[in-house]
Amino acid sequence: MQLYLPVADIPVNILLVLAMGAAVGFVSGMFGIGGGFLMTPLLIFIGITPAVAVASVASHIAASSFSGAISYWRRRAIDPALATVLLCGGVSGTALGVWTFTQLRALGQLDLMIALSYVVLLSTVGGLMFWEGLRAMMRTRRGAIPPRRTHYWIHALPLKMRFKRSKIYLSVIPIVVVGLVIGFIGAIMGIGGAFILVPVMIYMLRVPTSTVIGTSMILTLVTMLVATMLHAVTNHLVDAVLALILMIGGVTGAQFGARAGQKIRGEQLRLLLGFLILCVGIRFAVELVIRPEELFTIRETGVGR
Amino acid sequence: MLRALIAACLLLLLGTAARAERLIVSVSNHRVTVTPNYSGEELVLFGSVEKDSSTPADRTAYDLVVTVIGPRADMVTRRKERTFGIWINTDYRQFLQVPSYLALFANRPFEEITSPEIARRQQIGLNNVLLTQRVSGDYADVVPNDVFRSAFIRLRTQHGLYREDGTAVTFLTPTLFRTGIPLPAEVPIGTYQVEIKLFAGGALVTKTETAFEIVKVGFEQFVATSARQNGFVYGLVTAAMALMTGWLASIVFRKD
Repeated sequence: MQLYLPVADIPVNILLVLAMGAAVGFVSGMFGIGGGFLMTPLLIFIGITPAVAVASVASHIAASSFSGAISYWRRRAIDPALATVLLCGGVSGTALGVWTFTQLRALGQLDLMIALSYVVLLSTVGGLMFWEGLRAMMRTRRGAIPPRRTHYWIHALPLKMRFKRSKIYLSVIPIVVVGLVIGFIGAIMGIGGAFILVPVMIYMLRVPTSTVIGTSMILTLVTMLVATMLHAVTNHLVDAVLALILMIGGVTGAQFGARAGQKIRGEQLRLLLGFLILCVGIRFAVELVIRPEELFTIRETGVGR
Repeated sequence: MLRALIAACLLLLLGTAARAERLIVSVSNHRVTVTPNYSGEELVLFGSVEKDSSTPADRTAYDLVVTVIGPRADMVTRRKERTFGIWINTDYRQFLQVPSYLALFANRPFEEITSPEIARRQQIGLNNVLLTQRVSGDYADVVPNDVFRSAFIRLRTQHGLYREDGTAVTFLTPTLFRTGIPLPAEVPIGTYQVEIKLFAGGALVTKTETAFEIVKVGFEQFVATSARQNGFVYGLVTAAMALMTGWLASIVFRKD
C-alpha cells in the first residue's frame, strides 16, 4: 500500500513504515529508551533524506516519551525539580542544535555531520555499554560484587540544590550542562538521547534509579517538542504524515517490548542494547568509507520566479 | 535606398513563404491533478501541420521537435570527494532558473533532423538546452561535457524528470502527429510550457506554443503547503498530535 509523504516528497509503503515503527517501538519499550537512534537511521536507509528523518522523528519521540511520562507520573517516579533544572539546559541546547542544523544544511554538510555524529556517538556509547555488559555478566558468573565508583569533583561544585524526591543534594551546573548537551545532539541527530542520559544520570549525578527514567523522559519529551516546533518553523522539514505512522507503530510496539523486557536480566539487556547501538554506528561508518555509487547530489534551493 | 527596400520586400516574402505552414496543437489535458496515490501518467499532445497555397509543393517530409519545460527553479549540484578517508561534499555548482522538468521529443534522432548549428541555436537535445550556472560570479552555461552539467542531467534523467527521445513523436499521416508526455510520480507542480518546432529539410519552418498546468490536490498537498507556509501552526499541530497519540496510547494500554 503506497502512500505519498508530503514533506519528504517520496512515496513509501505504509505497512513498511508501520512495521518499522512497531519494531523500533518494541526495542524502545524493552530497553526503556526512545529509540530515535534506531528510527532515524532506518528512515535514512529507506530513502528519506536525513534532514526530514531527523525533524520528523523528533515528534515521534515526543509521542512515545509522553505516553511513558504519564505512567511514570502516576507512579510518582518523576522528580519535578530535577526535571526543571535539566530542562533549562535542554531547551537552550535544542535551540542551539536546530540553529546548527540549519547552518550545516545551507553549507551542504548536514548529511555528513549526521552520519559522523552517529558513527562517533553510537560507536563510543555502544562499545562502552557492550563492554560494561560483558564485564557485569562475567562478574555475576564469578559472583563478585561490582565496584562502586564515585565522582567527588562533581559533588564539590558550587550552586548546590536539594532535590527532594530523588533525595540528592547536588550542584545545578552539571545538570544544566547534561541537559544542554543532550538537547543539542538530540536536535541534530534526531534522537531523544535517553540511552546516554540515563547512564550519565545514574553514574555521574547519582540520581536514584527510582526517578531516573521518568525524569529523563520529561527532558526527552520537552526537548523533542521544542525540536519539532523549531524544525517546523525554520526548516519546514517535519513530515506530519510520516510522524503519525511512526507514532502509531511506535507506541503499540513499545507495549509489547516493555513486557518482553521484564523477562530479560539487566546485564543481558545492557549487553544487547550496547550491541545494537554499536551495529548502527558501524553501519554509518561503512557508509562513509566506501565509495558512494553516486558522487553527485542535487538540491533545489529556490522556486521559480 | 531602393536596394534596401527590395531586400526588405524579399525578406518579407521569404518570411511569409517560410511561414507557409501552420501548426495546430492541443494537449489531452490542460490541468493535471496529482492525487496522493498518483504514480505518474502520460499526457498526449496531438496536432497537425496545416499547409496553404504558398507551401512548396515538393515539401512533404516534416520533422517535429517537442520541448516540454516545467517550472523553473534554482538548484545546487554537489560532488563528493574522498577526504581523510571518508566521502564528503566538497565542490558545488549553482544552476539558476533551470527547468525542474524537461522533455525533448522528436520523430527521429535530433542529429538527423537538423545541423548541429541550428540544433544549438534552437536548443534541441539535452546537450544544447541552456542551463545557466553561476561560475565564480559569472552567469553562463558551460560545455556539454562539463562534469557538473552532465551529472545534473544524468540525475534528473534517472528520476524521469529530464528526458529526450528521438522516436517519441509519431506521424499518423504525413501531417498529423502525436506524442506522449510522461509525467513521473515526483513531477513538480506548476505551469509547463510546450514548444513545438516544425522542421523541413533541416530548416526551422514554424513553431508554436501551448501550456498545461500540474496541480496537486488532496490532504497530502494541504499538509505540504501548510508545512511550507505556516510553519508555526504546522509545528503546533504536529506537537499536539504527538501529545494526543502519546496520551491515547497511555489510556489504551493502561495496565492498572
